[in-house]
Amino acid sequence: MQIVRTLLTRLATTIITLLGAAIIVFVVIRVVPGNPIAMMLPPGATEADIARLEALYGLDKSIFEQFLIWIGNVLQGDFGTSITTRQPVFDLVIGRLPATLELSVMALLIAIVVGGSAALTATLYRGTKVEGGIDVAGGVALSLPDFLWGLALILVLGVLWPLFHISGRVSPSLGFEFNTDFYLIEALVRFRFDVVLDLLGHMFLPALALAIPLAAIILQLLKQSLKECMHDDYITLARTKGYSETSIIARDALPNAILPTLTLVGVQFTFLIGGTVIIERLFSYEGLGNMAIDAVINRDLPLIQGIVLVFALLFTLVNLLVDMTYAALNPRLRHA
Amino acid sequence: MHDARGQIRRLPGLRLWLSGGWLLLLVLAAVFAPMISPHDPLEQDLFAARLPPFWQQGADPAYLLGTDSLGRDLLSRMLYGARLALTVALVAGTLTCLVGATLGLIAGYFRGWADLVISRLVDIWMAFPPVLFAILLIAVLGTGLTSIIVAIVVIDWTRFSRVVRAEAMSQGAMDYVASAQVAGRSRLGIALAEILPNVLPTIVALLTLEMGIAVIVEAILSFVNLSISTDQPTWGGMIAEGRTSIYQAWWVLVFPLVALFLTVLSFSQLGEGLKDYFDPVLR
Repeated sequence: MQIVRTLLTRLATTIITLLGAAIIVFVVIRVVPGNPIAMMLPPGATEADIARLEALYGLDKSIFEQFLIWIGNVLQGDFGTSITTRQPVFDLVIGRLPATLELSVMALLIAIVVGGSAALTATLYRGTKVEGGIDVAGGVALSLPDFLWGLALILVLGVLWPLFHISGRVSPSLGFEFNTDFYLIEALVRFRFDVVLDLLGHMFLPALALAIPLAAIILQLLKQSLKECMHDDYITLARTKGYSETSIIARDALPNAILPTLTLVGVQFTFLIGGTVIIERLFSYEGLGNMAIDAVINRDLPLIQGIVLVFALLFTLVNLLVDMTYAALNPRLRHA
Repeated sequence: MHDARGQIRRLPGLRLWLSGGWLLLLVLAAVFAPMISPHDPLEQDLFAARLPPFWQQGADPAYLLGTDSLGRDLLSRMLYGARLALTVALVAGTLTCLVGATLGLIAGYFRGWADLVISRLVDIWMAFPPVLFAILLIAVLGTGLTSIIVAIVVIDWTRFSRVVRAEAMSQGAMDYVASAQVAGRSRLGIALAEILPNVLPTIVALLTLEMGIAVIVEAILSFVNLSISTDQPTWGGMIAEGRTSIYQAWWVLVFPLVALFLTVLSFSQLGEGLKDYFDPVLR
């Protein structure tokens, strides 16, 4: 029963958070900049245009009523129409979201593989120079943000030693027609490995830039948990049974040490998704974040609004998912 | 174990000196930029466009670090760019710290409905990607130094309030606070005279970190051309320009990037060093 109540409370706070986020977006965009209609129309719009749009958005009503109308539309998936492209914001956002999701998940995988193996290596060679080196690298990785890593990667692996693409999502010269927006998954499913390779070549540097700080966080936390585990009795027992140090760390210590890291990875994953905004810009990767910056530069307010809301939804859902996984995995919470 | 302690003990000294040294250099560069800049940072000379730095072939010794695609002197632009970077670091960092730490102290020590409201606000704030939030705020507020500072404070106060709240809560449960209460001290008095001094080391370490973050946020905003007026030299603006001409003139990107690297690294190492310095266990 306890777990149901915990989950319901968690769900309620998620809804409150989302409502709060919606209010903030509404306030920032509708109330602060004066007349939103004037900003929504191209220069040279007539008085009649303004009046028509004002009625359309219900701007002749009170702020509270306006909010209700707006949130009602949003709940039905009506995010308005983009000013620059004249297309429904919902369609634009849905069209770009897969690119951002693929990039974020790829970055997450890289972070887990790099951070995890660094932590295991450091634990295996604890107390030696290897551990010291990994610690220093982790410290540097952690103290610089993804933006700077992205620029450094462009210089080193894009220009100085041009192994990877530094802009775009796919080479147009391939002439491959995608039917969905999940390019990587689609290319995999259709067994077009040349396209997969091209996509990965474009995705690798931005994903690595996003992954480096998270890999460092995983390294530090997992290493600490592993080290604490290494003093436990079952490790001593495994040692007396004659298992190798490598197998003890991988088979006995890791499953016991991994829970705190998993929780942290979940929380940090939202930060990683947030980082895609500038990283996509840096690598001219056609995702949601790159579109958001264009929208801000073009003052396309309905589009900005839609993108910010989708990010907020994504963040809160990831957080909710992490909490639920944690509750499901942690026996102490399950039986409390 | 003893060795590790010793190393940690020795390292902060070196770290503090190196990072402090670079930051001091930067302050001097920013303050004396008009005097030491070899050129006007805005002066264009298309005949001297994309000159490489001094050790490369075809360099002009008058332009030590070379020029960008409009023939503007990179060294002078870097020196002037340091002014904006440091102003934002100091002002935005300090203001963010004041707002965030105050709210965190209130939430963590006074608890009750204030804690409820502040914690809920932090949750809502966590639902926004910071860079997107910053760009959105600049779009609404308009560009300019004040907007950048306001945007950084609005986005990042949660970083302080979360940590300070947790610290204030654990300090509030300690015996010395209880005895101060028994001694009849007022709640506000205890918060300021007992809790605050004990949370201060954490705040100081966070503050230097925040200054590095502010430098990055400003660079990102300049990079997407949403910082201050476009004709003012900024590191982020130089990086954006370098990104577009990366195959023709790598140095336009490299120098501001190195400056940004060192500055952010210095601020964070200074924070780490100060944290160790203040940590009673390590001291």
